[in-house]
Amino acid sequence: MSETTLGQVPLDEAASGSRIAGASAAGSGLAWGLAAAAAWGLTSLLTLAWPDAAEFTYTSLFGWGLGGIAALIAGVALFAHGHVRGAAPWLVTLAVFFGLWELLSAKLIWLPQPFFPPPQSLIEVYIDDWPRLGLSALYSLRLLAVGYAVGALVGFGVGIAMGWSKAASYWIHPVLRFIGPLPAVAWLPLAFFAFPSSWSASVFLIALATGFPVAILTWSGVAAVPSAYYDVARTLGANGRFLVLKVAIPAAMPSVFVGLFMGLGASFAVLIVAEMLGVKAGLGWYLQWAQGWAAYANMYAALIVMSIVCSGLVGLLFRVRDRLLGWQKGLVRW
Amino acid sequence: MVTALQVHSALDHVAETRGVSIRINDVSHTFALDGADLQVLNNISVSVAPGEFVALLGPSGCGKSTLLRLLAGLDEPTRGEIIVDGRPVAGPDPSRVLVFQDPTLYPWRSVWRNTALGLEARGVLGAERSRVDAALDLVGLKDFATAFPHQLSGGMAQRAALARALVNEPRLLALDEPLGKLDSLTRITMQTELLRLWQRSRFTALLVTHDVEEALFLADRVIVLSHRPARILEVVTVRQPHPRHREDPDLVALRKSILELLTASTNGLAA
Repeated sequence: MSETTLGQVPLDEAASGSRIAGASAAGSGLAWGLAAAAAWGLTSLLTLAWPDAAEFTYTSLFGWGLGGIAALIAGVALFAHGHVRGAAPWLVTLAVFFGLWELLSAKLIWLPQPFFPPPQSLIEVYIDDWPRLGLSALYSLRLLAVGYAVGALVGFGVGIAMGWSKAASYWIHPVLRFIGPLPAVAWLPLAFFAFPSSWSASVFLIALATGFPVAILTWSGVAAVPSAYYDVARTLGANGRFLVLKVAIPAAMPSVFVGLFMGLGASFAVLIVAEMLGVKAGLGWYLQWAQGWAAYANMYAALIVMSIVCSGLVGLLFRVRDRLLGWQKGLVRW
Repeated sequence: MVTALQVHSALDHVAETRGVSIRINDVSHTFALDGADLQVLNNISVSVAPGEFVALLGPSGCGKSTLLRLLAGLDEPTRGEIIVDGRPVAGPDPSRVLVFQDPTLYPWRSVWRNTALGLEARGVLGAERSRVDAALDLVGLKDFATAFPHQLSGGMAQRAALARALVNEPRLLALDEPLGKLDSLTRITMQTELLRLWQRSRFTALLVTHDVEEALFLADRVIVLSHRPARILEVVTVRQPHPRHREDPDLVALRKSILELLTASTNGLAA
């Protein structure tokens, strides 16, 4: 663990500092919490009391759900208001957002239907179509995991080789310069007939999109290792293997993680495009399918799932990085 | 007035030393810099007895550090040879450890794992873990074993670098201005510590410095080097026993004459 007796001093100070601030803001925490609960309660009332202008199935479930959230916020505000204070402005904003959405779609139909369905239609999708949506998410995750893992490993290996060996750098650098900036999806038509299946073609494309930034940033990470680091290890009897594994790679890791982060973003884009155009499964396919049936609620539902999956994966990557690179100062938190 | 070629004094600690003997024979070294040759060392010949503490004193950028890198086996001299314990230096060896001006601790390793570096590199860490603790104890960093380098002060980081060197039980400790970047108070404390470590472990010590007082406080012999390309101006033997006092009139006189020598060499360069 990275925490030490030294490191704990500022942490403890910060904790006691926030405790003092928490005590003085107890009253405003309660007020904010109750305001947030009231906002959700009003939205609930609006949903339940105002009749829909068209036929929507799950209006009452949505209304009672909003009411439940209002009760939950009120409970937390009363018994543990410290937890509500920070989130309260967002909670109020969200309540207003849902209220306006409900009002403009289900109640007044000012938003053109079926392009902008009300919130209860999304609930309908999650209740009625969750097997298909869930399976699509799993298919996407599997394709992404395989492609990303292959790309990250190959990119890392290529980057280390380029940083370490002049010959590798001589031969690989021009290729990378020429091909790397090309968006991976540009290879799509070629990949779909060159590979035995659209799935393997997609793995290749995702790996390509991931591998390029990982290779470049691993390479630059290794190249930027101060030569004094190697001198220290060499005078202490280190061999070449030790210099690569125990000096070059750990020193390059911060840069490698920037590459992994960039590669993850690129891989999402390729994943969705590949699923829209070739692979007959996954969230990209689901989006395409929903649009084909003019099932716009399904599309929004899938977009929300997609954004949860993507931001969850980025969050996971940052957690891994925070664990491995806890020694670094000034990490950007996700 | 001290004279050149006063070969080292009778060293009472030679008998019990595990330090190496060094013979630097007529070494010259040249760097290629932007296509032009830059000579940094010019016919340097020095002999160091086992267990001796020798300071290399000279103006910044004169090539002192290069001499240490050659001695550590990190670079090869352009001309001449360096013989350690009767064998020419052919590459780095853990018995000859170089301590740099910057502590160059690995930021991703704790103090303990930084100290263990040499043992780990030679694959003997498993059997020798207690030596890491002993080395940290020796430099007073036992309580900071789990700290990371960015949490250390400059003096503590340099102590950790010393522990990382000492854990290998070096027979030659080459110190490249290891105290150069510390504040003067920490510097004085660390000088005393360095002396204690040397007296305790009996390695041969070669200290590069541009601080005349530091050289006279620590070394048996002070080798005064000229501006680049460095040649030997003077070899000063310091006979005062340890612990020395910085206000000792003999040391003050030596310091004055060395400074005059260095000033004269600098003026000669300007003229």
